[in-house]
Amino acid sequence: MKKASVNEVKLVFPSRSSNEGFARGAMACFVAQMDPTLSELEDMKTAVSEAVTNAILHAYPDTIGAVYMKIRICQENLLEVTVRDRGKGILDVKQARQPMFTTGGEERSGMGFTIMESFMDHVTVRSTPGRGTTVVMRKRLSEKSRERI
Amino acid sequence: MEIQERAGERTLLLAFSGEMDHHGVRDTLRRVELAIDAALPKTLTLDFGGVTFMDSSGIALILRAQQRVQLLDGNVVLRNVPQQARRVLDAAGISRLVTIKS
Repeated sequence: MKKASVNEVKLVFPSRSSNEGFARGAMACFVAQMDPTLSELEDMKTAVSEAVTNAILHAYPDTIGAVYMKIRICQENLLEVTVRDRGKGILDVKQARQPMFTTGGEERSGMGFTIMESFMDHVTVRSTPGRGTTVVMRKRLSEKSRERI
Repeated sequence: MEIQERAGERTLLLAFSGEMDHHGVRDTLRRVELAIDAALPKTLTLDFGGVTFMDSSGIALILRAQQRVQLLDGNVVLRNVPQQARRVLDAAGISRLVTIKS
């Protein structure tokens, strides 16, 4: 069920690891208008970092490709972040979402999806091998969050 | 990401500062391993006081350090962990594997 957005932004950037910090920072700037609490902001930044890192590291392992990020602010304080790539895709999404599962070797912990799921309310992953992956994450922010800082 | 090292009698302190994401950790993992191999610590202390952001890349770094120190019958202690990094550690269940000093 797609909700109408109050405001939205789309970003496209190359899959360079230096853009992980850019993606987090851009998201934080855009959602500032929702007046999130510090912990809500940190949760969203962490989840975005995981999704974008997956695209950079796993979708385009040997090449530089485009990462598409869309951030939508919807009614009732709902935030939706979509991270999409046109990379190699995930063969088995269910397996990829298991804690500690990784194809990234010793440099990776296999905890990326677990962290996205912990820090957002809802995470959807759609993937087609050879075509790419789309991760949609939703989080409803608290009302009057400013008073709770 | 920056690392400061201080080695003692079978102890090693590594103090990190900066953003501990995939980009920041890439070159850091090797340095952490080299420092452990040189100091052969019984206690490895990882100081997160200067870490301004951490995602699962930090988990990978901690687990890799822990595996290496375990071969020396040593243990890993984390200290000065900021709230954001702490929530990542908790989500990943890392507090069962290493000691976290508040």
